Amino acid sequence: MAWTRKVLRVNLTEGSLQEEPLNMEWANDYLGQRGLATKYLVEEIDPKCDALGPDNKMIMTTGPLTGTMAATGGRYSVVTKSPLTGAIACSNSGGFIGNEIKSAGWDMVIFEGKSPSPVYLYLEDDNAQLLPADDLWGKSVWEADELIHTKHQDPLIRIAAIGRSAEQGCLYAAIVNDLHRAAGRSGVGTVMASKNLKAVAARGTKGVGNIENPAEFFKATQEGKKVLAENAVTGEGLPSMGTQVLMNVINEVGAMPTRNMREVQFEGAGKISAEAMHEPRDNDGKPNLTTNGACFGCTIACGRISTIDQGHFTVENKPQYWGNSGGLEYEAAWALGSDCGVDDLDACTYANFLCNEDGYDPISFGSTVAAAMELYEAGAITKEHTDGIDFSFGSAEALAKAAEWVSTGEGFGKDLGLGSKRLCEKYGHPEFSMTVKGQEFPAYDPRGIQGIGLAYATSNRGACHLRGYTIASEILGIPEKTDPLETEGKAELVKAFQDATAAVDSTGLCVFTTFAWTLEDIAPQVNAACEGDWSADKMLEVGERIWNMERDFNMAAGLTGKDDTLPKRLTKDMAANSGPAEGKVNNLAEMLPKYYEVRGWTPDGVPTDETRQRLGL
Amino acid sequence: MLRSLQIEPEKCTGCLQCEMACSYHAEGVFNTAKSRIKVFTFHEEGRFVPYTCTQCSEAWCMHACPVEAIVINETTGAKEVIDDICVGCKVCTIACPFGTINYNTETKVTYKCDLCGGDPECAKACPTQAITYVDSDHGGLERMRAHAAQNLPQEGA
Repeated sequence: MAWTRKVLRVNLTEGSLQEEPLNMEWANDYLGQRGLATKYLVEEIDPKCDALGPDNKMIMTTGPLTGTMAATGGRYSVVTKSPLTGAIACSNSGGFIGNEIKSAGWDMVIFEGKSPSPVYLYLEDDNAQLLPADDLWGKSVWEADELIHTKHQDPLIRIAAIGRSAEQGCLYAAIVNDLHRAAGRSGVGTVMASKNLKAVAARGTKGVGNIENPAEFFKATQEGKKVLAENAVTGEGLPSMGTQVLMNVINEVGAMPTRNMREVQFEGAGKISAEAMHEPRDNDGKPNLTTNGACFGCTIACGRISTIDQGHFTVENKPQYWGNSGGLEYEAAWALGSDCGVDDLDACTYANFLCNEDGYDPISFGSTVAAAMELYEAGAITKEHTDGIDFSFGSAEALAKAAEWVSTGEGFGKDLGLGSKRLCEKYGHPEFSMTVKGQEFPAYDPRGIQGIGLAYATSNRGACHLRGYTIASEILGIPEKTDPLETEGKAELVKAFQDATAAVDSTGLCVFTTFAWTLEDIAPQVNAACEGDWSADKMLEVGERIWNMERDFNMAAGLTGKDDTLPKRLTKDMAANSGPAEGKVNNLAEMLPKYYEVRGWTPDGVPTDETRQRLGL
Repeated sequence: MLRSLQIEPEKCTGCLQCEMACSYHAEGVFNTAKSRIKVFTFHEEGRFVPYTCTQCSEAWCMHACPVEAIVINETTGAKEVIDDICVGCKVCTIACPFGTINYNTETKVTYKCDLCGGDPECAKACPTQAITYVDSDHGGLERMRAHAAQNLPQEGA
């Protein structure tokens, strides 16, 4: 069965903890993690509730394969209503705490209400307690991690925590676990802070068993690992280069958003690329990249472990940043680098360290700094706001300062913590905000890659590459190559990616496996582990059900088809100015009606009764 | 031929597949808390190091055991704990200089790596060959080969 069949319900207002059986009927329809926790959330909260009020709930959830030997089986997700978008939020993270929660015997933890004072949840197998966190409040994630380890005298505890940015109300705050892995997007950390919940510390010694058919499970997971090892992306590209393997590729196809998406190619890409991370530095002869690191159970190991040049201006006299920590992934390198026009690898790595240290999403942060730089160039923001610092595009100093401010909420950090949409509205230029549903774009330009534009516009959590990664097909040719500049067929492509991804996000596995795996590789692993019949077809149906359930939630929260849009800059005002897509904008209007049709939605983007009935919603 | 586990930390990514394989083989569940092999993360240094029993020839644990519960497996050379004889006194855990024999509070006896009877699961599960099971008489063979490769005679020399 793979599920532990146990849910922990934590009422923070009352300080009470209660064990409940997992709803297995729902598990059969929604599998686990993203799907199952979202089902719990939509059944339990008012979609119109204040995301930062006590009526919102926050669910930390594992999947049925979390904690097993399936490659990458260590994921957990945080599901809640987002304060950034007002839509559903589901942020997925790796690291090690997912396994620890599962090993302690819990499929998910539901947090409700708001604690009267700061607390953290301590899970030691069945023993779950809320402990005071007054001494942890005001500390960074890294400090809180150390303090909790010291207090419990147990180096094997795994910890997920929020940093000072979340406490200060930064709307894109993350929950960081194991020091540098994060449930990063949509402000799930801000929700956690609003509940006065500083951290979750877990220690599991029960392990994960209950595999339905162990012999089949070992066979299926072995075969899966072999596919990952033999695939060029998961077996070679990602371990050696990380997701940063994409930097030069995407720049060449002219889909690298640059300087707040005014341009589509960055002249400095080479300096902040995977290749640059391997180059020995002049100062100490060491490269930025020390090694690659894996999350729990991952046989790919795309994680970057990096150092900053000790002579770099960002870390002068700051030995706390001289050691190794989580290095640049492609999304962070793009947002902190290209989108801000910054080609300083050490400055980007420093800002990335700070994102981890104080828990905020480097994509939204970088995009917001990029918007601030455009506001600065337009004169809407001046040196009065920026403490005298030149905030022009390309300024590594501005990037580093911005990170320091957002970390603590000091100075201009409060405004930068609003995110791009609210910042641009506040300073009178909403058109500068590169967001969908209030969430900042990731690192693929929809002018050069048409399908991803549709994926961004229709993503249930606002602009996001991980809700339907059509880049796989449009650029990398996985599972088959489609023309990135073509709109034909993209509605079907986006739907297929969205549904499959929703299913993968519900297993406990990492979506990066899908560079090599299809649902045909994943379903046998789920099927062998879990009771019931889990074919690829059923998983796809579950994925579609999840997608429509999330859509229903968003509609009930007040969003409409009108929110399925892209900034005018990308569809009308500013065509790509170089590269293969030169002269192109994103033709969303050509794709969207077709998308609604293939989804079985009305022309206004509402799931029809027939569709809802077909999916059992 | 006797074989030994050989660990090359520079190849380890810290994924813990070895710990899962070990615990499943020994305990029937995926449970890193009960693994005989442990991977240590040195965060500041950016290093991952697997560590387990090296099966000492004159094993401290074996000599310290007052009830002779630790015996040599003649086929594999592993020092194995006989659960039925072990009284859980934990003297072996004090004697071992490396900490690789430990007490299990559930079973009330000590546990350590037994080389899975000659087919260690950790080595099979390791995706990067950071853990291999090699000829005990030639543990250094691959390192010798690597160094030899650096000194290949030049063509035409």
